[in-house]
Amino acid sequence: MEPVKTIRSRTAVLPNSNIDTDQIIPARFLTTTTREGLGKHLFNEWRYDANGALRPDFALNKPEAQGCRILVGGRNFGCGSSREHAPWALLDYGFRAVISTEIADIFRNNSLKNGLVPIVVDEDTARWLIEHPGAEVEVDIANATLSLPTGAKVTFPIEGFARYCLLNGVDELGFLLDRMPQIQAYERSHHV
Amino acid sequence: MFEKVWKRHEVVAETADTPAVLFIDLHLIHEVTSPQAFSVLRARGLPVRRTDLTLATMDHSTPTRTEQVFGGAPISVESAAKQVRELEINCAAFGVELLGLRHDQRGIVHVIGPELGATQPGKTVVCGDSHTSTHGALGALAFGIGTTEVGHVLATQCLLQRKPRTLAINVSGVLKRGVTAKDLVLGIIGKIGVSGGTGYVIEFRGETVRSLDMDERMTVCNMSIEAGARAGMVAPDDTTYAYLKGRPRAPHGADWERALESWRALPTDAGAKFDKEVGIDASSLEPMITYGTHPGMVIPITACVPERKGDAIFEKSLAYMGLQAGQPIKDQPVNVVFVGSCTTSRLSDLRSAAGVLRGRKVAKGVQMLVVPGSQQIKKAAEAEGLDRIFIEAGAEWRESGCSMCPGMNGDLVGKGQYSVSTGNRNFEGRQGIGARTLLASPITAAASAVRGRVTDPRELLG
Repeated sequence: MEPVKTIRSRTAVLPNSNIDTDQIIPARFLTTTTREGLGKHLFNEWRYDANGALRPDFALNKPEAQGCRILVGGRNFGCGSSREHAPWALLDYGFRAVISTEIADIFRNNSLKNGLVPIVVDEDTARWLIEHPGAEVEVDIANATLSLPTGAKVTFPIEGFARYCLLNGVDELGFLLDRMPQIQAYERSHHV
Repeated sequence: MFEKVWKRHEVVAETADTPAVLFIDLHLIHEVTSPQAFSVLRARGLPVRRTDLTLATMDHSTPTRTEQVFGGAPISVESAAKQVRELEINCAAFGVELLGLRHDQRGIVHVIGPELGATQPGKTVVCGDSHTSTHGALGALAFGIGTTEVGHVLATQCLLQRKPRTLAINVSGVLKRGVTAKDLVLGIIGKIGVSGGTGYVIEFRGETVRSLDMDERMTVCNMSIEAGARAGMVAPDDTTYAYLKGRPRAPHGADWERALESWRALPTDAGAKFDKEVGIDASSLEPMITYGTHPGMVIPITACVPERKGDAIFEKSLAYMGLQAGQPIKDQPVNVVFVGSCTTSRLSDLRSAAGVLRGRKVAKGVQMLVVPGSQQIKKAAEAEGLDRIFIEAGAEWRESGCSMCPGMNGDLVGKGQYSVSTGNRNFEGRQGIGARTLLASPITAAASAVRGRVTDPRELLG
């Protein structure tokens, strides 16, 4: 995983609450055996019409949303299935962070494992962001802050180890493999 | 109980800077979330460390048509066929036990774990699937993980985890006639919301929970994730032990006695504190059915679709479903009925659906699919003649698998069609592009199939 220190971008906004992972990446695209290439199917049913043409009224299809690397979503973003294909699709499309008042557990974990930063903010900040799509914001991982163009700087929760891994591009599997002596000791003492 | 199981599995305890390293007793694998995990192992030259604690099956992409499973007809969905082949190759290469396409113990991963006695009280159980919470019904700490974590467990048999908080859901009262465990969990989600459990492990407690059999407890724990919870658990008791005794992968002989002693120490001590508690009165529940595009949009079957003027997202959901605020949900015409899924495809679920269909016919124009949760359940159902009841009624009796619940194997609901599903998710497009899913219990589903419209099952109960 590449280290992530800051992300500066205009925001793309999907105000819907409960955006589930079936919307983020429909099940029929889960048959891939790699992590790449899912970006073209991100929000497939919302982005494309029945003929495969881009729907002009969908927020991400609008010209001002192109190149945005931060997605603001309504509450309970990423609920539903554990498919890690959801963060893979978001990353492959170009997003590097997701902001909401509530982010579902498994999705949050999966995102962190892939360097997609899940950012939970308070209701007021979320409301401002949803009302101002295209705002230029900056995410600072080391300080766990989100800076808005209003001058406001809000802190977001991020678990210490996850932050460390993001900043240093740490490979969690390597971290676990380094703990093999403790794992073997556990197996012996617990007769597993 | 959660604390006890967590503590027993700490290889390295959590610190301020690092998550805990948790040992995983049972790692279940299926074909959709494993390919990239095996690729990582291959790329790094790592073996599967504990093949003895790993068990694979195939369920999401597998066909349910007999001719495609046993008859040599090709799997019609090419990408599904590819995933099935990929899992076969990976398991053979890494020495992982696979209950493959034609194996007589194959089934939906969250059905076969308990069925085979592999899932046991006090075990940590993980799988690359959110409905892993199902196994919590046996008092296991069971949760869904992503593909990257599947790779971690394959390589080390461990996971990095921060400890979640605990939520007690205390259920009292007797479920009324026609109100099932599925209605209970839909009622719970309706009350606490689809994110009411986020960050928590739920323990389902109380006299009502004690009175549920194992299939019913699995239905309830299965949908913990739909309330956002990490996991859902029911403390083991004599019902659990009777269920497990004699199952092929459960302990036997002296090991059984030892295991029992250890399991009996698991239930939560009196006076233990939970981070949050919620009370549910089961006796006030009616049969439930969803009307919207997430499981929290649920009402009693006797109720009308709610109105939320000015809530654009809510109105968009109703527009997708083609339903009007204020309309009764009862008598909404349906096109497809699906009885199956890891929520409700066990023998007791099939018996209850058959009880409604016995001597009756599926309404003209309705397609009904009955998909047993495992090949063993299929066999047991056939021994009781349940298959004949379904077929004579005009329903289709299929081989086991996830089938129409996630709609990945070609079993799909058509655009604009109304489907009463005993599955766990009614998200937009889940069962097929433009599909309109209404989640309900097996008896509600069967009753709706008979009438061709959403039906209160109590009208058809003998």
